[in-house]
Amino acid sequence: MSAHDWKNIGPLESIPRSGSRRLCLRQAGRPIAVFRTRDDEVFALIDECPHKRGPLSEGLVSGKTVTCPLHNWGIALDSGEAVAPDEGRAGPIPLRVVDGNIHVYLPEPAVEAIA
Amino acid sequence: MYINDDLARIPPIAQLVVIGNGMAAMRTVEELLKHEGGKRYRITVFGAEPHVNYNRIMLSSVLAGDKQLDEIVINPREWYEENGIRLITGDEVTAIDRDARTVTSANGICVPYDRLLIATGSKPLAPRIPGLELPGVCAFRDIADVDKMLAAARTHRHAVVIGGGLLGLEAAWGLRQRGMSVALVHLMPTLMERQLDAAAGQLLQRDLDRRGIAFFTEGQTKEITGVDHAESVLLEDGREIPADLVVLAIGIRPRIELAVAAGLEINRGIVVGDDMRTSDPLIFAVGECVEHRGQVFGLVAPIWDQAKVCGARLAGDQAAIFASKALSTSLKITGVEVFSAGALMAADESDEEIMLRDESSGVYKKIVLRDGRLVGVVLYGHVVDGQWYLKLMRDKEDVSALRERLVFGKAFAEAESGGAQAVDYEAMRDDTQICGCNGVCKGDIVKAIRTLKLTTLSEVRAHTKASASCGQCTGQVEEILAYAAGVDAKATKKTVCDCTEADHDEVRAAIRTQQLKSMDAVRAALAWKKPEGCHKCRPALNYYLLCEWPGEYQDDASSRFVNERLHANIQKDGTYSVVPRMWGGLTTPAELHAIADVAEKFKIPTVKVTGGQRIDLLGVKKEDLPAVWSDLGQAGLVSGHAYAKGLRTVKTCVGKEWCRFGTQDSTGLGVKLEKMCWGSWTPHKVKFAVSGCPRNCAEASIKDLGVICIDAGYDLLVGGNGGVDVRVTDLLVRVSTEDEVLQYAGAFMQLYREEAHYMERSAPWIARVGIDYVKRRLVEDAEGREQLCQRFLYSQTFARVDPWHERASGVAAEAFQPLPELAGALA
Ligand code: SRM
Ligand SMILES: Cc1cc2nc3c(=O)[nH]c(=O)nc-3n(C[C@H](O)[C@H](O)[C@H](O)COP(=O)(O)OP(=O)(O)OC[C@H]3O[C@@H](n4cnc5c(N)ncnc54)[C@H](O)[C@@H]3O)c2cc1C
Ligand code: SF4
Ligand code: FES
Repeated sequence: MSAHDWKNIGPLESIPRSGSRRLCLRQAGRPIAVFRTRDDEVFALIDECPHKRGPLSEGLVSGKTVTCPLHNWGIALDSGEAVAPDEGRAGPIPLRVVDGNIHVYLPEPAVEAIA
Repeated sequence: MYINDDLARIPPIAQLVVIGNGMAAMRTVEELLKHEGGKRYRITVFGAEPHVNYNRIMLSSVLAGDKQLDEIVINPREWYEENGIRLITGDEVTAIDRDARTVTSANGICVPYDRLLIATGSKPLAPRIPGLELPGVCAFRDIADVDKMLAAARTHRHAVVIGGGLLGLEAAWGLRQRGMSVALVHLMPTLMERQLDAAAGQLLQRDLDRRGIAFFTEGQTKEITGVDHAESVLLEDGREIPADLVVLAIGIRPRIELAVAAGLEINRGIVVGDDMRTSDPLIFAVGECVEHRGQVFGLVAPIWDQAKVCGARLAGDQAAIFASKALSTSLKITGVEVFSAGALMAADESDEEIMLRDESSGVYKKIVLRDGRLVGVVLYGHVVDGQWYLKLMRDKEDVSALRERLVFGKAFAEAESGGAQAVDYEAMRDDTQICGCNGVCKGDIVKAIRTLKLTTLSEVRAHTKASASCGQCTGQVEEILAYAAGVDAKATKKTVCDCTEADHDEVRAAIRTQQLKSMDAVRAALAWKKPEGCHKCRPALNYYLLCEWPGEYQDDASSRFVNERLHANIQKDGTYSVVPRMWGGLTTPAELHAIADVAEKFKIPTVKVTGGQRIDLLGVKKEDLPAVWSDLGQAGLVSGHAYAKGLRTVKTCVGKEWCRFGTQDSTGLGVKLEKMCWGSWTPHKVKFAVSGCPRNCAEASIKDLGVICIDAGYDLLVGGNGGVDVRVTDLLVRVSTEDEVLQYAGAFMQLYREEAHYMERSAPWIARVGIDYVKRRLVEDAEGREQLCQRFLYSQTFARVDPWHERASGVAAEAFQPLPELAGALA
């Protein structure tokens, strides 16, 4: 994990509590969502629901679960796993908070900016 | 071709190669993985089709428009990945080398096997006639065929289906549903002659004829004519039927070429024993490609049994045995109920046929008895007892005692002999089969419901697979759910969600009486199990607080569904739709110009007139929303709240101003109603309509609030609903002035807002509390009505804000933009 593989996406406050935002960066062409829980924990997932690729960043965040806006699947924020009995996983992306700024792990060349 | 080769590799212990990625193959793999012994395989699956495993049965529903292709996927790619299965789609296995123990594909992929599973299904049969090669001719077997048919239905008119069996009839019905003119050619005098006797076949033909399918029975096809596309179907007797699309559905034949070339024992299909092994003990076969004890298969029920046995055997179980059972057939055409099993008629004089025929209601039943046992049943028009008869047949039960009553069905037969009237699930034996496709019995369902505490149909489907294939048993599964979950008294109390023991009314009462003014306060007062609630209760609490404390409670955006948060409707591809308000359905050239300009400027792909008399701009990018709204706002257009649990549209007809029948100014009244009520938040969406006379062109009688103008004034109707369960309105009252209409409307809105449960439309609410209650509150209590209306108008002073205008001028701007990368690399 080389240092420049960690992208600084700005302060924790730029994400609404119990909410989420999509990044302008993608991983291998797939969008990324960063979530902030009510208790200020942050997580990042590939922003595609394992069901039909609904944008998880538009879902409702309760505890450590986001509910997909398209057909209400629940997805665990930490593992990306769908809540049983649904099955599937949205890829989790490593993330850390340094000095109040969020850094996500997006190694080159997987990263590309949205055109 | 697609291969998911990036799987985390599990150490290969034994290689299992599967030829065919269809229903039989993947059900076998699912069964195999349930066993501990299943873990010792490294599995590779070849599928000739480019798709993952899907529910082939449902192709009929896709064709008829009842289901989307993506809804019939059984196992998505992730499933293969998670189970470590190497999946190769769009590539056909072309050779099996039994000496080298390898299979080779068309693309040259060669994979060694320790065990091989052949599940190649079957091929559609084609008649030997000229013209089969013409474009416009297809079979009905896979997604590619359905794509062809749907494409033809979009651009062409005439379809001819050849074959009057289950498949042909479902194809014909689907194409008819898609708006084509459909003719069906069938060789025999009656339809589905192998599953139905002549009488039932004729009833079926009569019903489908009424639904616009033209039948050519005893029709032998001679030729499909056309130059570079199909043009017509020519019959031996000289009749010619125009055809842009010809669907062949005359039958299927096991797909056995590979097995033949590999030297396996073959008859009509690949011969397998009770252990599902072919003549080579390392090679198994399941599904429509096999022949077991002289029998070949064309329905999933026995195939699921084969899969179970084959999966167990592969996992090392030495005892599993496949035995075929009596099968039943039904037809998946909405509104046509057909069921048959076993013998269609008496084989000789010692057999007995008992028939019941009710011409006017279109019901026909026939049972065939042999030595006091049921050996056959044909049902038309009323088929709920189908599985019950099937069970009597399978169990070879002695039915002599029931003989006289048997044909009248289960309830009657058992009632007379002391049983219960309705279906008695308590008394029903646990091994009574409910879902024919998946072989799920009553006992399995009840057990799953009780041990896993299931409360919804979809949960039962997910855990038992009952009603998950063709869906015919859905009603019964729902009844069992009611029976089994009803025992648990707590499950019948409709709590707001799993976070709480309180129901909706209790929550509302607590908010009011204990003056609770925040969600945290409600959750604390009522001992919520999760401190933060869940996606079900949060929107409900947010609404209840908003309704109770207008002007005081601050709306919580994070508890709102995305549509209500972004003030636009999310679409399946993640873009949004924008529907501006058109008051009472009226618009102006200037507004239309503004809409046209916005659509061009932002390259909005679809502009559509909605079912609610306004215009929808579909496919708007999220980032563009504020700018789109800003442009629309300049022309005076505001949000139509097409996304809100609030007032949607007020449909009107032209009324007195233009229409020769109009009795009042229905358009003007509609505009007044909409101006009064827009922007309000309600438990669920609310729709109004005003019609200028009882011809009711605005469809007021299926709206939450409908007004029908008459000479003497206005009839106010409430509690109507289109949608899933259509409900016609109840008449609330007749009034004589517009002012009264407006006051009643305000009072009705407020009563609904204060007393209905969140997510309950006015129709189920009134069905629950009764129209008499609503009349008592609104009609008989004039003072109460006045107060309700006042409370509504007060709350409207905070609600009538255009959310688009706010956001176009910068409110919550960041919500519409992706997060930027800031400093780049972290030092
Ligand atoms: C756009 C529109 C279809 C169209 O192209 O005409 C439409 C589109 C949707 N309808 Fe509808 N309905 C539309 C008129 C209707 C009508 C006709 C009417 O209003 O006269 C009905 C039947 C009348 C009724 O509601 O009683 C209707 C009954 C439904 C239902 C079933 C409601 C029910 O109680 O059973 C749903 C599902 C729901 O709300 O839970 C639904 C849900 C939807 C949703 C919101 C599905 C969703 O959750 O995404 C669709 C949003 C599409 C979008 O993004 O715009 N739509 N929908 C119509 C918008 C009208 C408008 O101008 O606002
Ligand atoms: C429109 C329609 C409606 C139906 N309705 C019903 C119903 O209501 N009830 C019911 O019980 N049954 C119904 N059936 C029948 C049911 O779908 C079949 O019995 C079932 O799909 C058979 O499963 P299978 O795995 O044997 O064959 P399939 O599901 O056809 O799977 C075989 C797969 O193997 C692939 N394949 C073949 N050869 C190779 C090769 N050499 N290499 C790689 N892949 C290969 C094929 O492309 C195919 O995808 C219906 C069928 C159709 C077409
Ligand atoms: S617009 Fe309405 S009817 Fe049409 S697909 Fe969507 S929800 Fe169904
Ligand atoms: S796409 Fe997420 S639930 Fe369907």
